Amino acid sequence: MQALRLCLSDRNSGVCRMKEFYDVVVVGGGPAGSVAAWFAAQGGASVLLLEKNRDIGPPVRCAEGVGHDGLKLIVEPQPFFIQNRITGVNLIAPHGKKIHIENHDFGYVLNRNVFDHYLAELAAKSGAEIRTKSYASSLIFENDNVSGVNYSCLGKEFSVKCSIVIGADGVESRVGRWAGIHTQLKMKDIDTCVQYTLANIDVDPKNCDFYFSSKIAPGGYLWVFPKGEGKANVGLGIGGEYGQNESPKNYLDRFIADRFPEASFLTTTVGGVPTAKTLKEIVKPGFMLVGDAARQANPISGGGIVSGMIAGKLAGQVAADAVQKGDFSKKFLKEYEKQWNKAEGNNHKMFYRLKEAVYKLTDEDLNKAANAILKMPPEKRTIVNIFKTVLVNKPQLFVVILHVFKDHVKEVFDPLVN
Amino acid sequence: MILIKDNLCDFCGTCVSVCPPDAIELKESEIKIDDTCTECKLCVYVCPIETLEFVE
Repeated sequence: MQALRLCLSDRNSGVCRMKEFYDVVVVGGGPAGSVAAWFAAQGGASVLLLEKNRDIGPPVRCAEGVGHDGLKLIVEPQPFFIQNRITGVNLIAPHGKKIHIENHDFGYVLNRNVFDHYLAELAAKSGAEIRTKSYASSLIFENDNVSGVNYSCLGKEFSVKCSIVIGADGVESRVGRWAGIHTQLKMKDIDTCVQYTLANIDVDPKNCDFYFSSKIAPGGYLWVFPKGEGKANVGLGIGGEYGQNESPKNYLDRFIADRFPEASFLTTTVGGVPTAKTLKEIVKPGFMLVGDAARQANPISGGGIVSGMIAGKLAGQVAADAVQKGDFSKKFLKEYEKQWNKAEGNNHKMFYRLKEAVYKLTDEDLNKAANAILKMPPEKRTIVNIFKTVLVNKPQLFVVILHVFKDHVKEVFDPLVN
Repeated sequence: MILIKDNLCDFCGTCVSVCPPDAIELKESEIKIDDTCTECKLCVYVCPIETLEFVE
């Protein structure tokens, strides 16, 4: 059994009653980290969660949109963390024509500050200990096994030993590198983004807008996510490879000057969104990687909240299981990797190919595709029919689509030929 | 070398995610580039608000 020594440090540091050993240490208190801590603790592990910022929640670097179905996999949607309910989506082609998709249960625009706190509270109620202003600086190793974390809190250095470290440090993903995983992103696999929360604007509060156009957002898209009447998160991401020419801020400012000239700016947020497929390796002996840190955001939408939480839940459960069995080997922890691939990872491989294909299309190609889709009655706008229509109009895309869906050929093409 | 215009940095970490030698350290409101920097300039290109600048 591990030695347990309660360490009462002086009151000035604000840190007291720290253990020197935990079964699991989670680095990063975003949705992925908090959910990992929650499920590890629920499974009986002792858990410490370290967050470098002074708060769980802010700063919000996020468009705050989630799908209803995805959110429900982890928590029940509740009004106190939801700012707005979305029942439709507009995909806007370069020439400005909109493709509207209606769905009563599309999703929500969250209040991420409240939501993140809620997830952390669920972790805390399950027994996880959470420390903020706690900056992890390196990992501790015992032979090849990750066995702890060195961190600083309010000017003091600490070492904490553990059986498993879960890296949930977001897009930076440094903890994974320290564990020997190549987490660094290629320029084509990151979207560099800027977002404002705008007030005094004219928006349809029920629909989210997605603008695709090389002039508005090359290699990415611009979003308008309404938070209610007259207020919305308006932002865009451009492909990293376009950042050298012009910053995303310039693109966004131009759009807003044109479309929302009367806007007031309530927040300014910048950040990077990983649009890679999941890293080939997300476990090491005594170590697991979750969320944006593992590059588990959806490659085509950039959405990372739900995928981060799903990964957190799977990792937390496998971690608790590992603690019970006393097996922290890479082989045992790979069960998490397997479950992730089954749940989302394999789909992301396909979405990644789709992303690459879509962003090879010119604005003219997108316009033609949009025109073709708009000729279809709304109820017939299923994925299969959309592709059929696009193929009729641009047969060259057939090869692209075959490549994108190569692992799912049967499901996609059966309905096409029958 | 890579210059950081401190009053502009929002500490978002986008630069960190693309840095090949892991030369950038980011705390809540501090950014440092250490001497493992190879001046590849990927950080300069990817920064959302042009906080980083390459100077000879």
